[in-house]
Amino acid sequence: MNIELFFQYAVAGLTYGAIYSIVAIGFNIIYNTTGIINFAQGEFVMLGGMTAVTLNAFMPLPAAIILAVIVTMIVGALIDILFIRWLSNPGVLRMIIITIGLSIVIREIALHIWGEGVRALPYFTGTAISSISVGGVFISPQVLWVVGVCAVMVLALNSFFGFTLLGRQMRACSSNRNAARLCGINAKNMVTLSFVLSAGIGALAGCVVSPITYVQYDSGIGLAIKGFTVAILGGLGNSMAAVAAGLLLGTLESFSVWVMPAAYQDVISISILLLILFVRPSGLFGSREVFSLKEF
Amino acid sequence: MKITRLVVAALFLVITLTVSPSFAREAIKVGAILSVTGPASFLGSPEAKTLRMLTGEVNAKGGVDGRKIELIIKDSGGSPEKAISFAKQLIEEDHVFAIIGPSTSGETMKIKNIAEEGKTILLSCAAAQAIVNPVAKYVFKTPQKDSYAAEKILMQMKKMGIRKIGVVSGNTGFGKGGKAQLEKFAPKYGIDIVVNEVYDKNATDLTAIATKLKAAHVQAVVNWSIVPAQSIIAKNMRQIGMTVPLFQSHGFGNIKYVKAAGAAADGIIFPAGRLLVANKLPDGNPQKAVLMKYKKDYESRYHEEVSTFGGHAYDAFNILVRAIREAGPDESKVRDAIEHMKGFVGTGGIFNFSPTDHNGLGIDAFEMLTVKNGKFAVLGR
Repeated sequence: MNIELFFQYAVAGLTYGAIYSIVAIGFNIIYNTTGIINFAQGEFVMLGGMTAVTLNAFMPLPAAIILAVIVTMIVGALIDILFIRWLSNPGVLRMIIITIGLSIVIREIALHIWGEGVRALPYFTGTAISSISVGGVFISPQVLWVVGVCAVMVLALNSFFGFTLLGRQMRACSSNRNAARLCGINAKNMVTLSFVLSAGIGALAGCVVSPITYVQYDSGIGLAIKGFTVAILGGLGNSMAAVAAGLLLGTLESFSVWVMPAAYQDVISISILLLILFVRPSGLFGSREVFSLKEF
Repeated sequence: MKITRLVVAALFLVITLTVSPSFAREAIKVGAILSVTGPASFLGSPEAKTLRMLTGEVNAKGGVDGRKIELIIKDSGGSPEKAISFAKQLIEEDHVFAIIGPSTSGETMKIKNIAEEGKTILLSCAAAQAIVNPVAKYVFKTPQKDSYAAEKILMQMKKMGIRKIGVVSGNTGFGKGGKAQLEKFAPKYGIDIVVNEVYDKNATDLTAIATKLKAAHVQAVVNWSIVPAQSIIAKNMRQIGMTVPLFQSHGFGNIKYVKAAGAAADGIIFPAGRLLVANKLPDGNPQKAVLMKYKKDYESRYHEEVSTFGGHAYDAFNILVRAIREAGPDESKVRDAIEHMKGFVGTGGIFNFSPTDHNGLGIDAFEMLTVKNGKFAVLGR
């Protein structure tokens, strides 16, 4: 094991970590408003990627991505308006089951629209085989794109939830919906907004990772499982923590391949998830006190 | 006027009298169980299209022995459970003459015994060697065996002087089958497998495995999986600066996968039937005429590029039709005719069936292909 290979494994870890983190961020937004996990988040990622690939045939890449994000945001809004908004008593369990059902419906619709084929957007810079070499260590420019977009997203979301009135209103709905309503916050609009936002973020994630991972009608499930793991690992609701946890998990998985067969890669991540759920259910960076007050 | 009417009436009478007997004779029912939708639709969809096209052609020419062919396609969606119930339905209710399909090895293995007990000819379009080994009296298959694909790859490596390889495979039935065949035959060709890794079929990136291969200084890599992983490994190897040859399984035989891998596909070597390079074959090649006709008919009718998978259905259908023409519409005689059929030129190769070989293809049915500038080409010898 020389130093170059060590860093090459680290780069692989960075790649995995960036993909996991960017998907995980989407989970946090709906959680921040409603306190539920949206199990259709992976499908937003898939929809974003698929729509962008289709649109890219008719327009340049940036326009296709922007339009795909908008289309997915509309889907997100429709989901809330049609299935969630009119519920008089949206219990956590009920909403979770609705999102699971919706994820299956979206997947089937995607299968009918796009078929089973595997698609991908072109690499944003360079081609599928171009890479940047730093002292014998190679990194694909697309990985840097994922890391960059991820960083911008986290910064934007943190300032949105931390410093804007709208962001604070959304967080208030998650903490205590009734109290928020008494303060004059329109909770239902906040939930709709959170679905729109997370759909948009998911779609953008789907566009950025699709050159690396490819996208097909059912690729949402695989991405969502890892994203979900990372979101819990970091502590739900905290985007910064999700990124840290994502990079940690990605690096662990990557180096695990060095010492043992790659088939055990997922065993590592799921074992870590179980361990965290037993030992620190609030996540690595979450506060125990806050967690004990949450419903879910 | 009266005369004209009389002539028309007489003509009508003559036509009905001569044509009606062939209408009156019952059509030959051929069942097909294919995964037209679902995860294996890249197999079942071209197969179903091919069968519809061929049935139309045969019926337009007056059918087989003056009897039309009635095609009943059942979409299993890749599910073995559905394949089982469709097989029972086709045999017991529709009393079909023969069944073409299923598309996947898993489904075929589940209905092998049902066809055998129902004494119905089954012409499978799936790859696994286990379908015809051990031989079942009524079960045949048209695609080349996976064991030959593995051997063909190893033979090519030996020719190139490669002795130390890495094997990576997906955790599917297809991947496991290929890995086992490679492990079995590698010692025979004096080749060492120094890295042997299995990855999840939903893996999103394989840079870590590529790094492991690089660290082991392998001289070549074989990947045995289906999309998207077979494109991901190709990209990741090139991204980290590996230049050793990458071999893929015969599952790479669809131009869509080449497009998915983009620039990383160039130089990939894999075994496949000759359909993909039909127009590049020398004119003397015995398969060329058949391949060009199928390619032209299919592509002009469906406006998509032909794949080897549709070719497996093409072979199955034509073997059946030829056997019926030879032996007449009697199930057990047709079965015997298929079992003793020699020199049938199909898309997959030249079939020579025997009581011990219900596949009929030799290792020479595979050609080593490579990708040049995003197109398939025959590998230079």
